[in-house]
Amino acid sequence: MPASPIFNPTDLIRFLPEIILTAMGTLIMVLDPLLNRRESKVYGTLSLATLLAAILAAIYAYSDAGPAFGGMLIVDGFATFFRVLVLGVGILTILPSFSFLKRQQAETSEFHALLLFSIAGQSIMAAANDLIIIFIGLEISSIASYILAGYLRDDKRANEAALKYFLLGSFATGFFLYGVALIYGETGSINLSVVHAVVTGPDAPLPVMVGLAAALMFVGLAFKVSASPFQIWAPDVYQGAPTPVSAFLSAGPKAAAFAIFLRIFMTAFAPIGHAWAPLVWASALLSMTIGNFAALLQTNVKRMLAYSSIAHAGYVMVALASRSEVGIAAAMFYLAAYACMNVGAFAVVSHLSGKGERYQSIEDFAGLAQKQPFVAAMLSIFLLSLIGVPLTGGFFGKFYIFKAALESHLVWLTVLGLLNSAVAAYYYLRLLVMMYFRDPGEAASSAEPLTPAFSAALILPAIGTLVLGIFPGWVLDFAGRSASLVK
Amino acid sequence: MNLLLLVLLLPAAGFLIALALPRSSPASSRYWALAISLVTFLASLALLGWFDRSVAGDQLTVDLLWISSPEIRFHIAADGVSLWLVLLSTFLTPICVLISWNHIQSRVKEFYAFLLLLEVGLVGVFLAQDLFLFYVFWEVSLVPMYFLIGIWGHDRRIYAAVKFFLYTMAGSVLMLAAIIYLYNRAGTFGYAAILDQLASGRLVFTAFEQMLLFLAFFVAFAIKVPLFPLHTWLPDAHVEAPTAGSVMLASVMLKMGTFGILHYALPLFPAAARRCAPWIAVLAIIGIIYGALVAMVQPNMKKLVAYSSVSHLGFVVLGIFSFTQIGLDGAVYQMLNHGITTGALFALVGLMYDRRHSLAIEDYGGVATAAPWLSTVFLITTLASIGLPLLNNFVGEFLVLQGAALANFKWAIWAALGVILSACYMLWMYQRVFYGELKDAVRSHMPDLNLREWAVVVPLIAMMVWMGVYSKSFLDPVGKTTARVLEQTQVNVPYRVDLRGPASTEVSRAR
Repeated sequence: MPASPIFNPTDLIRFLPEIILTAMGTLIMVLDPLLNRRESKVYGTLSLATLLAAILAAIYAYSDAGPAFGGMLIVDGFATFFRVLVLGVGILTILPSFSFLKRQQAETSEFHALLLFSIAGQSIMAAANDLIIIFIGLEISSIASYILAGYLRDDKRANEAALKYFLLGSFATGFFLYGVALIYGETGSINLSVVHAVVTGPDAPLPVMVGLAAALMFVGLAFKVSASPFQIWAPDVYQGAPTPVSAFLSAGPKAAAFAIFLRIFMTAFAPIGHAWAPLVWASALLSMTIGNFAALLQTNVKRMLAYSSIAHAGYVMVALASRSEVGIAAAMFYLAAYACMNVGAFAVVSHLSGKGERYQSIEDFAGLAQKQPFVAAMLSIFLLSLIGVPLTGGFFGKFYIFKAALESHLVWLTVLGLLNSAVAAYYYLRLLVMMYFRDPGEAASSAEPLTPAFSAALILPAIGTLVLGIFPGWVLDFAGRSASLVK
Repeated sequence: MNLLLLVLLLPAAGFLIALALPRSSPASSRYWALAISLVTFLASLALLGWFDRSVAGDQLTVDLLWISSPEIRFHIAADGVSLWLVLLSTFLTPICVLISWNHIQSRVKEFYAFLLLLEVGLVGVFLAQDLFLFYVFWEVSLVPMYFLIGIWGHDRRIYAAVKFFLYTMAGSVLMLAAIIYLYNRAGTFGYAAILDQLASGRLVFTAFEQMLLFLAFFVAFAIKVPLFPLHTWLPDAHVEAPTAGSVMLASVMLKMGTFGILHYALPLFPAAARRCAPWIAVLAIIGIIYGALVAMVQPNMKKLVAYSSVSHLGFVVLGIFSFTQIGLDGAVYQMLNHGITTGALFALVGLMYDRRHSLAIEDYGGVATAAPWLSTVFLITTLASIGLPLLNNFVGEFLVLQGAALANFKWAIWAALGVILSACYMLWMYQRVFYGELKDAVRSHMPDLNLREWAVVVPLIAMMVWMGVYSKSFLDPVGKTTARVLEQTQVNVPYRVDLRGPASTEVSRAR
């Protein structure tokens, strides 16, 4: 594909979702001083409309799939899947944050603008086919998320979370950039397709150098998806950040980071797969084990969910370790299911935590089923899905991942991973025990009544979880068709 | 409308409607659950008319595509064993609704909803003909039981519920790994198709592979049975569960394990099963004797009955691993017998708990004076449980012992000890609870059976007598199915595919 310096309409249409997000994010920032209403619902509604429009734009762009801007972006099924996924996560983040922001008396405009920018970055990551574009998307997404993590300025924990996230995140991006530089030096290109061609071609660089680049990028990306041994930041950040932001961080940036992880490693670095596979194998096992066993010990729900999200990153790493198209499809499916169930679970936490996020302990869920049976029932669906009980998306996700792993003869990883998921059942059950088997405590009694937006924030992911669990074919067929990445 | 599908969908629809009933009117939930479970039972009775007893293969098949890639089918069918287990489930569900009528006073709507969901899961487990579908039902049945124990159980219910869930989950994830492995090798989840491939030699496992796969399946099933030494979840779960939970758990859920061994573990991995048979038989015998001895020293009636289950289920496992026709028949018959008698015992203990609010044997005494009919019913059940001739357990135990004797005479001798011990602990408990001096605390709390309770016990007693006197009405279809299982486990003798009805050959042609 010859590089075209002139923007043509096709390029713009393929880039439309990001354009919409950036334009509306900027508009919200401009509107803020003009409207000057602190706790307004305007921005939230506007963001929801923006995200819906961006989803439509992403689907429309897919109707005319292909590369854009001379191959820097590529709109294919894979990109569209992840675009819709991160945009959907955005919607599910905004819905519960209406009541959250009001309760914490926080400003709404900046929150939504930052969220839109962050999603724009992730959307770029989903479609990027060029290492520099990937890097730019990663940075747009990350910088906005750093600020979001510390959005409640007066909260000490939020400050700690933001600072930690920023410092460690910058390091990780640094590693990633080293890898990019190395690849550029070795192959003379930053386009993934070209890199792939050079690596497999007659003038291939030393495998050691490509392997080193892959290892450096692995460090950066493993940090972003919170896979072991680069997961240390996740519990502190998820616990300290405002709960809707934790929900967002655990699903959106993670899905986007996995998108580029899969794209880079399954295209440019696919030829040296045998070299990085053991790395991914070990990281998968470590993430699952550390995540699940550490989660057993937690008393804070957000921290527990943070460790659980490390474990779930481990499951997706299993899919990557299987190095097959089935594995890619399984990872895509899993990330969609995970986004539904995890964002939903965090939404319940944000609902229950009350003003100043006082109630975050597992004990605080006591008796929720008696006070608010609907909320408890929804959280049960999410938890059962996180456990991996059949007829939920989480079960099929795990099933597809381990099926892909067994097809690639990763028998031990499968057995250890499945045993891990049995361990995980314990800490999710603790929440169910609290909600259903105990008498109501202070937190459940003082929980606010449901608002329509918040109900939607529970019902939508619950429907998503169940649909993925009962009719997984709809999503899986699409994922399977999109899994053959352009090399 | 296919009758099997109806039996599965009725409780499912009942569950969804039960969720929508008003919380403020618990009576509506009770009557709804009773109505729908009775209708389901009638529908399953009609199964008997449609079921062709002269055919060994799967019948009344429903085969719908559920997920296209990987191909997972909603494929259900009944054979001579699953037919009775489905009937057992649908028979006991209305009984459970009745015994919970006054027992459950809090969160009534949810209770009956979970009970109906449990019925869906159990019926589904017995009918599934697709390994994946089987796993789905297997896990789905776990969730309602977890809540039944955890919400409506006794003091240590939370511990028991979590333990129950984790034990089963830990076993079943390994089975899932084995199922996926089978799929990757065979290219299908269809059970009949996999058996076809095994029979025709298109799918061959090495001895090592077969052993690992067998163990992965077997451990999952053995936990559910429960086989010694994996039984420790059972006394906790049984004792802490509400009466209906104990009944369903003992009568039907434990049979998921033995059914799984018979229906999946043996035909899929016959060589490994035969190699392990002596070891498993020894574990089963240890379970028989150990369960009986521990039952003898229990101060708690429910715990006593729970340990007696460990002992009785040992007979079932022993019968299966005797690999004789008569042993397998006896094992299946004993599965049904145990469902009826132990279900009845738990129900009766539950009725006494409703009156006296205690499970401790020492809190009773002289109940026979205060409530003669209750005592009579309890006595019949006790006698059935210890294997008195003309009552149901005798037939099953006899067949199992005969089968064990054919396989290895020493097994039969040791297992027969369990029969003697069961007479000791059951009669000793009966003596302490029902005879002796009538305490005032018992007298004032011990009205005799009321109409609702008669409705619970009469069908159970009738079944005990019927199954003890005329076992032929049950054993005919059972024998055909177990003969097929036995044939499938003839190692190195490829069994003929045409034995299994038209449904399976269609699948093989499609492949």
